[in-house]
Amino acid sequence: MTAKTFKRKSGRKFNEMRKMSAEVGVIANADGSARFSWEGPDGKKTNAIAAVYGPKKMHPQHLQDPEKGTLRCTYNMMSFSVEDRIRPGPNRRSTEISKIIQWALEPVLMIDKYSNMVIDVHINILDANASTRCAAINAAAMALAHAGIPMRDIVSSVSIGKLDKELVVDVDKYEDSVFDEGEGASDIPMTFTSNGEMTHIQIDGNIDKKQLMEAVGLAREACKEIYEVQKKALKEVVK
Amino acid sequence: METTNLTGNRIKQYLAEGKRFDGRGADEFRNIIIDAGIAKNADGSARVRIGKTEVLVGVKMDVGVPYPDSKDKGTMMVTTELLPLSSPRFESGPPKFPSIELARVIDRGIRESKFIEFDKLCIVEGEKVWTVFIDIYTINDDGNLMDAAGIGAIAALKNAKMPKYDEKEGKVLFGELTKNPLPLKKDITIPITIHKIGKNFLVDPTREEEDLSETRVTIGSNSKGIISSMQKAEIEPLTIKEFESVLELSEKVSKDIIKKVEGSFK
Repeated sequence: MTAKTFKRKSGRKFNEMRKMSAEVGVIANADGSARFSWEGPDGKKTNAIAAVYGPKKMHPQHLQDPEKGTLRCTYNMMSFSVEDRIRPGPNRRSTEISKIIQWALEPVLMIDKYSNMVIDVHINILDANASTRCAAINAAAMALAHAGIPMRDIVSSVSIGKLDKELVVDVDKYEDSVFDEGEGASDIPMTFTSNGEMTHIQIDGNIDKKQLMEAVGLAREACKEIYEVQKKALKEVVK
Repeated sequence: METTNLTGNRIKQYLAEGKRFDGRGADEFRNIIIDAGIAKNADGSARVRIGKTEVLVGVKMDVGVPYPDSKDKGTMMVTTELLPLSSPRFESGPPKFPSIELARVIDRGIRESKFIEFDKLCIVEGEKVWTVFIDIYTINDDGNLMDAAGIGAIAALKNAKMPKYDEKEGKVLFGELTKNPLPLKKDITIPITIHKIGKNFLVDPTREEEDLSETRVTIGSNSKGIISSMQKAEIEPLTIKEFESVLELSEKVSKDIIKKVEGSFK
């Protein structure tokens, strides 16, 4: 792979993520909470906080599922999290990402016995510098574990970029929306369990099958690193 | 009505033996019928029928303000309405998640494949550009609305003619179309959705089959096998090996469907 010689604007190596930081127990009121961030060499961050409330009785009542518990995720970007202020409140993008996050997390939860109950996961993006859904998933996974929700595994999420012809790990703002050389930029967020099962993938861009499988391999490796950061943060809180 | 457990179990049992209720193979689509130009007031339109599933797609254009980060490019907007007339499951009211997802997945497929040549849709840089509205309406839902909508959007865009624009007045002359087609790239990108039921993968599910789907991956790709958009939905995870076989299945199916869609342009 020629990617090894490819120069990223941030100076990172092709498989080098931005500096990660994770913290568990950041919101006292919540049953579980966590923060996850990626910070680039330029000091710009993608920062997500997640809080878990529940299991609690589902309201409104007609949404109750007597057969199993419900996971409900809400992804929200704070109005000041991007360069130009975004209008507060839900929109089509956040509605979709909320559901994507739920799908990414739910495979590892064991909530079959929580009939008529809901587990609410609220995720807010304080700082957006690309890969926000990945940071949101990473924070939410830790918050769920912190809340003591029965889980068979934890999930980790990362975005692989394809810049012109080269693959890079952990896409930042420049790579996501400014880069426009050759074949342009593609963004491929993926989520894996620590066992290597894929619970989420999306693609925006252009890539062929062979290179996509390479991207999957890179994401898998990066998720192993993220998993260690998540695990370390979770262990610190029970010290 | 939801698919009953009894029917569901039978569908799974059949799939395990490589059979489907309507006699199709797992990689086989129902018959696709594409009629372009079904709405005369639209700038472009198409009706797509896949078996009993039917969608209408209309394209309308207007002049608007460009986005600040792409001042010399036109814009596009996709909306979907899951009409109550098309299924007892759909209710009127503000858009719910399924219609939002459908619109956004179709939107990304068109946008990322760069099918519409947005740089040719600029009128005055930084001030006036064409906005392309792609509106999708469901007429009958018998499963696989996603692929039907994706095919419909491409067919309607291909059918579209530019409206007349009065440069002095700075107004669009609605109802008067030029002979110029909407500037499009030659290559088309079509979404194909692969569903996983039990251990089996299949395409183009009927409503009953779609109810049983444990995970679905929508892949937008062109005849050269370039993937422009993808979305995995629902909560069943995939192993990397399974993911690879999903890609193989989609590659195999999409070539055939793209040919069919291209055939309808003539």
